[in-house]
Amino acid sequence: MARINRRRFLKASGAAAVGAKMGIAGILVSHQAPVFAQANTVHILRWNDFVPAADKVLREVFAPEVQKALGLKLNVETVNANDIPARATSAIQSGNGPDIFMILNNYPHLYSSAAVDVSAVAEEVAKAQGGIYDAATQLNRIGGKWVSMPWSMVPALIAYRKSWFDEVGAKTFPKTWKEYHDVGKKLKAAKRPIGQTLGNTFGDAPTFTYPFLWSFGGQETDAKGKVVLDSKETLESVRFMTQFWKDAHDEGGLAWDDSNNNRAFLSGDISASMNGASIYVAALNGADKFKTEKGAPLHTDILHAPLPAGPKGQHGYHTAFNHMVMKYSKNAKGAIEFLRWAHKQENYEKWFTVQKGFAVGPTRAWEKHAMWEKDPVMKPFQTAPLLQKRLMGYQGQPDKKAAEAWNKFIVTVMYAQACSGKMKPEEAVKWAAGELGKIYT
Amino acid sequence: MIAANGKRESVSRLTRLLESEKLLATALLAPGVIILALFIAYPFVMALWYSFTSMRVGDAGEFVGLANFTKAINDTIFQQAFENTVFYTFWATVFKLALGMWLALLLNRHFRFKRVVRATMLLPFIIPTVLSAFAWRWMFDPTFSVMNWALHHAGLITDRLPFLSDGDWAMWCAVAVNTWRGMPFFAITLLAGLQTISPDLHEAAALDGANAWHRFWHVTWPLLLPVTLVVVVFSVIQTFSDFQLIYVLTGGGPANSTHLIATYAYQIGIGSGLLGEGAALSLFMFPVLFAVVWVQLRYLKRMENA
Repeated sequence: MARINRRRFLKASGAAAVGAKMGIAGILVSHQAPVFAQANTVHILRWNDFVPAADKVLREVFAPEVQKALGLKLNVETVNANDIPARATSAIQSGNGPDIFMILNNYPHLYSSAAVDVSAVAEEVAKAQGGIYDAATQLNRIGGKWVSMPWSMVPALIAYRKSWFDEVGAKTFPKTWKEYHDVGKKLKAAKRPIGQTLGNTFGDAPTFTYPFLWSFGGQETDAKGKVVLDSKETLESVRFMTQFWKDAHDEGGLAWDDSNNNRAFLSGDISASMNGASIYVAALNGADKFKTEKGAPLHTDILHAPLPAGPKGQHGYHTAFNHMVMKYSKNAKGAIEFLRWAHKQENYEKWFTVQKGFAVGPTRAWEKHAMWEKDPVMKPFQTAPLLQKRLMGYQGQPDKKAAEAWNKFIVTVMYAQACSGKMKPEEAVKWAAGELGKIYT
Repeated sequence: MIAANGKRESVSRLTRLLESEKLLATALLAPGVIILALFIAYPFVMALWYSFTSMRVGDAGEFVGLANFTKAINDTIFQQAFENTVFYTFWATVFKLALGMWLALLLNRHFRFKRVVRATMLLPFIIPTVLSAFAWRWMFDPTFSVMNWALHHAGLITDRLPFLSDGDWAMWCAVAVNTWRGMPFFAITLLAGLQTISPDLHEAAALDGANAWHRFWHVTWPLLLPVTLVVVVFSVIQTFSDFQLIYVLTGGGPANSTHLIATYAYQIGIGSGLLGEGAALSLFMFPVLFAVVWVQLRYLKRMENA
């Protein structure tokens, strides 16, 4: 057997390097790592969609079509939503990673210095599709420049069991928190509590607690950026929540993440929960599996409603999904072209329709899509983004400070401290205001 | 011919150089030192530097002196995370040591299928923490806990136990899972230590009338102490800087009741993009761990000299 010496090894490995022009010997000579990503490849990193069919569209429909239309090879990578910040941080710091990152909520404010300007695409799409929603605009346009492109929003509404609400006398969904409390009390007495997370989890917890706070008149800051959380309105909201929690909720919700309420609802343990449409979509897709106690498909007993109104109005918060083209990308031009292509109505529609309303488009044009006429249960999602009048950090900007408060779960923990009995409502409000004060210095 | 001579000359020069003990030692130590410098010292120095800056993701920031440390000290969530970390480390180490010792003493006896039992016992330690933490999370699930189900069906409880939804319960659950995971490491290491103790010493003590407790306390324990201290040092370091278990099991909740320094530093550094502050938070672990290691190593040295 021929002995392999260093020279022979380098020669052989050089010949074997598939797709590489130079092989290991070449790399050693040129002192340069091979460029694996070809110039016409766009690597996009997104979350594992709660509607898996949507990821399938990206891989099986978008990828071949964009190859044909633009000559771009689309490489779609999906990870758990909670892991995106870690991936983005390491990519930005090392200057190497996916060309496009899908980032949630106000992360565009955190990563703005690492972003390529996508104003041209955003303005084209806004013009062609009836304008981008205000909330999405505030989250993605910083200093007059679009640092990322809004892709979709996942509205958070309350999914509830119609028949169970009927049984306790609620023929329509409660319009106010007070009415919801009264109905919830009866439901919990019937061992059908409301299920809601107040845990340290990225989605359902803050998207519930922030609108709740606003609807009582509480807010984090005033227009000048001064912390004003410690107010009688906030205190009233915490007092209300403490009693509401005890009387009407599954108290295990203090430890729930974003998926617990889906499981609890689908297994018939809770009567209502604020969520995206994923509970309904799962019940619809698993009609044989998820049944009511009477044996009917569960989805036939689910309806959706917006969060009730408080003494100071009605609010909602819908999770925003945005695409950021990274400055370090060697193919930023290709990445922008991909976004321009993907947002064209005839292309975006393919992704949008498989969502069945779980995610809505970033522009008002999608409110008019024929899909909304197919399923009346999903109708409340059609215009849900219009209910989003405020963002984190209100009355200030949804900026880096607001992101820090959001990521520290300060508002959510304020309610959790009081509901768990760890603090009195007054103490919880003072604690939260103090923590906010350290951020807004 | 000239080339061959030149080659021979350079080989002999190399041989002469390597004959020098100093140079040989340097050459042999160099790879280890380089690895340590690259993978331990460099990240540590960088973390130290970051902690003195206002660095954010994508922004190098500027030198801010001790501002990040001051902010952390005044941060009530960090104060709670620090207390939690000390509590978690203390109790988990106590339980791991007690149960690990007990298990090691049992496994040191002769019984059928001894090897199979010893190998099986290592399973919790072998399974990736993320996987086992997920399994425990399911067992403690507020709605679907199998333990609640079993206790309820056995007629022992009427209401569900708040395993993860009550702050105190959640912390004890985390201690329990950490103990379950780390105990085999204690047991197997202590078992190795036990096997180095000559049975003659036990026989002699037994002949002198020592009962089982006296034999353990006056023979086994003193001889096992050096191994025990090393295991405890390792365990304290690993437990104090634990991240995965809490991240998966509770995410630091409810109401921050189970946040540890590592999980909170991650939340600030990665979640909020405040790399400087995150680095400062994580560096609070360093003096504590350094003190633990220093005290215990000093104790070991004193014992060696005695």
